[in-house]
Amino acid sequence: MNKKILIVDDEPNIVMTLEYSLKKMNFEVFIARDGSEALESLKQVIPDVILLDIMMPNVDGYQTIKQIKENKDFANIKIVFLSAKNREADIKKGFEYGADKYLVKPFSIKKVIAEIMELCEE
Amino acid sequence: MSNFLLVIIIVLYLVLLFYIAFLAEKNATKKWLNSPYIYTLSLAVYTSAWTYYGSVGVAAKSGLDFLPIYLGPVIAFPLWVYIMRKIIRISKQHKVSSIADFISLRYGKSRFIGALTTIILLIGIIPYISLQLKAIDETFHIIASKSTNNPSFILNDTTFYVAFLLAVFAAFYGTQKIDASEKHKGIVVSTAVESVLKLFFFLIIGVYVTFHLFDGTTDIYNQMSQLPNFQKLITFNGFGNGFNWFYTILLSFFAIFLLPRQFQVSVIENNCEKDLKQAIWLFPLYLLLFNLFTIFIAWGGILTFGNTPNADYFTLLLPLKHGNTFLALLVFMGGFSAVVSMVILSTLALSTMVSNNLVIPYGFLNKFINEPSHKNTQYIKRIRRFSIFLIIIASYLFYVNFSIEVSLYSIGLVAFVIISQLAPAFFLGLFWNRGSSKGAIIGIIAGFSVTFYTLILPFIIESFTGSRGFINHGLFNISLLKPYALFGIDFLNPPVHAFFWSLSVNTFFYLVFSLAFVSDYRERNYAEMIVDNNNFSGMEGNAFVWKGEAYVADIMNVLAKFLGEENAQVELNSFLNKYELPQNTLIADARLIDFSEKLLSGSIGGASAKILIASVVKEERISLIEVLKILEESKETIARNKSLRDKSSELIHISKKLKEANNQLILQDKQKNEFLDTVAHELKTPVTGIRAAAELLIDEQDEMPTEIRSKFLNVILQDSDRLSRLINNILDFEKLLSGRQNLVFDSNDLKLTLEKVLGSIKQIAYSKKIKIVRKQFANLVFQYDEDRIIQVLTNLLSNAIKFCDSQAGIITIDYKQKAQMVEMMVENNGQPIAEEDFNYIFDKFYQSSNQNIRKPLGSGLGLAISKQIIENHKGQIWAEEGITNGARFFFQLPLKQTEN
Repeated sequence: MNKKILIVDDEPNIVMTLEYSLKKMNFEVFIARDGSEALESLKQVIPDVILLDIMMPNVDGYQTIKQIKENKDFANIKIVFLSAKNREADIKKGFEYGADKYLVKPFSIKKVIAEIMELCEE
Repeated sequence: MSNFLLVIIIVLYLVLLFYIAFLAEKNATKKWLNSPYIYTLSLAVYTSAWTYYGSVGVAAKSGLDFLPIYLGPVIAFPLWVYIMRKIIRISKQHKVSSIADFISLRYGKSRFIGALTTIILLIGIIPYISLQLKAIDETFHIIASKSTNNPSFILNDTTFYVAFLLAVFAAFYGTQKIDASEKHKGIVVSTAVESVLKLFFFLIIGVYVTFHLFDGTTDIYNQMSQLPNFQKLITFNGFGNGFNWFYTILLSFFAIFLLPRQFQVSVIENNCEKDLKQAIWLFPLYLLLFNLFTIFIAWGGILTFGNTPNADYFTLLLPLKHGNTFLALLVFMGGFSAVVSMVILSTLALSTMVSNNLVIPYGFLNKFINEPSHKNTQYIKRIRRFSIFLIIIASYLFYVNFSIEVSLYSIGLVAFVIISQLAPAFFLGLFWNRGSSKGAIIGIIAGFSVTFYTLILPFIIESFTGSRGFINHGLFNISLLKPYALFGIDFLNPPVHAFFWSLSVNTFFYLVFSLAFVSDYRERNYAEMIVDNNNFSGMEGNAFVWKGEAYVADIMNVLAKFLGEENAQVELNSFLNKYELPQNTLIADARLIDFSEKLLSGSIGGASAKILIASVVKEERISLIEVLKILEESKETIARNKSLRDKSSELIHISKKLKEANNQLILQDKQKNEFLDTVAHELKTPVTGIRAAAELLIDEQDEMPTEIRSKFLNVILQDSDRLSRLINNILDFEKLLSGRQNLVFDSNDLKLTLEKVLGSIKQIAYSKKIKIVRKQFANLVFQYDEDRIIQVLTNLLSNAIKFCDSQAGIITIDYKQKAQMVEMMVENNGQPIAEEDFNYIFDKFYQSSNQNIRKPLGSGLGLAISKQIIENHKGQIWAEEGITNGARFFFQLPLKQTEN
């Protein structure tokens, strides 16, 4: 069965490139344009991995991961932060929130896919 | 008018006064009874019968010479208020009960000075009181149309009964409390009532004479100017008269401080210092009103009666001559009021001095120490009452025996000259700490001797022998010793002449002896406390320097003799509490001694209090130098404490400011970080898109379908544009910061500019179902940089769209043309500007965290750029505060651009 990936980002161009590459690698891809849409979509489908942006309007990445971590049903979801915030403190903060990976924008698509594969094999 | 009826009226009037005093005592704490108006009106006890009748007499005889007596107080009243504030403060601190007590206090609670002052005042004031009685007698006979002559038998004389009743009044309301430094509300309020009456009646007779008997002031003046000698009455007679005026003004200035009744009402009866503020204008106004008609009544009298020796009583004679008995009666009652208040307050003040500064300290201290408190209270009250009757009887006898023709005015002036002998000791002592009791005593005695020789002696000789030989030829026929022209100074009138010489001699001796002999340490202690009252008042009991051995129990014994055991204990407890001393304190310190002396001062006078306390403690002598050193130290401590307090409050202030500044910095720092994050995010986002698209294009060069490829190429294109837009914004802002030279000023039409903006923004608004309401615009052409203003309007409008109500959004655009500028308004309904954002919205780097639109196009620079643009146009931009259902932004542009 194909692994499910949820992309949460408000930048359509970025979403578009990720979606294209992941689909090519046979992932099943879902898209949310901010935290609240993401939480909404979790009610329908529980993905294996979430690619989560941090700086988004309304519900940002931090609030989103917090709510995901509070829910036991989502315990198995792996979360990858995908953010322009690249200071050490930001990265540390991301892991403190419970992220499995922290990738910095601009990213290499090959690297993103490799990290996702790694998480799926665990 | 019949004698009998008049007596009944007088008695009724006195009963009324008793009743007023009774009501006032009963309601002593009522607010209006303690108002500054009552205070000021009681000050008007200054205007005695001398003013009421005598001024008219002087005005008739010598023109304007009646004025200086009132000008003195009027001119010097601001100074009076300044000095009075100090005197009142000191008197309240030390429980001073009279002016004699005050002067004695200044010179180390000197018993002798208190007594000397009392005697001088008695000599000065008793004739003055008798003058008032004389006025009653004479006016009574004028009204009762009987000839003025000496009563053959005391008991046939109405004046005697009036004097007796006044003594009863003063004794009853003046000695209710044993502490004479307490207030006498009854007497003060009845005095205030009398002040109103006498002014009112005097104004009535003034109006009657000027406008009823004559045809206004001009008429009187014109008729007067026909008379010979008129010029003399209205001119100022040269050099000598100038001196006369000057010294009379000075004399009356001294009098408003030194007259015992004046000191009583202005200091002892003062409720709070603030009352002085009202008095500073009200009292001069009162005096001014009182003198308004004087000259016209005098001239009216001259025109009616010619030059008569009875000019003092023109106010009575004029209505009587025209058959207006009722009006004459009113005038009489006004004069009677003036007499009553003057006599009662003078007697009260004098009797306090006689008991507290003369009789008790010299005769009763030993008796007091052996008697229980209720007996002592009785003794003290009896001494005061006895003094009151004695003073009034003495005044009455003086009036009966010295009935030669002396005008009210001259005897009043003699009294002023005598009491002004206290002026150097009083005034210099207030401001000069070296002034000593030796200097004061010698100065007063010398000054009084000179007064005696130049004023009292000739008066006595003339009245007993009827001879003017002494006056005309001088002592032993030495012309330099002529009493009215000492050492050839013959251009002054007798009282002024006496005043000039006595005051000069007095001041000279005061200064010389104060400088020549160092004063006693105790005396210097008080001198410092009083001269430097501002510094020492904060020290409470600590300004009193005392060393030695004293026991609380001994002091308590003395206190109990006057206050009773119980009250003494209450006072002691309050003292111990105040200084946080233990209840079982055995050894008394300087503070308790000072405190106890103050407690007794009001009842028996400062000097007696000092003597009594000293009798139960063992004081060590301290050197003057030590006293000064201790005082200096405590002064320094106070100054240090004060400066420490100031410093610490300053520090608190500074640290508060630092904290604010720090918070400001933290906030700015945070904002800056947030901005950098935003900028980084905004820059990285398109770069991310470009990078990802490029990576895919390279990796999948051949297998990628054409439509996907072009999609990714488009991403690269879009994101590159976005990147350069952002970079431009930042550069733009920096450029604007550098000033207005970057603007392009051309003639533009604001209406057209707005339409351009609306054209580009309409589509977005339409898609969000936001209605744009625009008021009717006229063409408005002036100089501005159109592109920049487009930028501002675009920014305001896109903000308005961003924050608009999402269901029924309305944006309103309005403008107002004013004289020099145009004011634009952009308003949207919906979300208000958050309170925490309000102060920062125009700051660069600031982005509200409350935006409801996805991906704001801006970078936190929009409003900052707008502000810069408007300011570079020399205009203003702001948001209205307190709008709760939306946001309202304004900017103003000047219609004329002036070069710097």
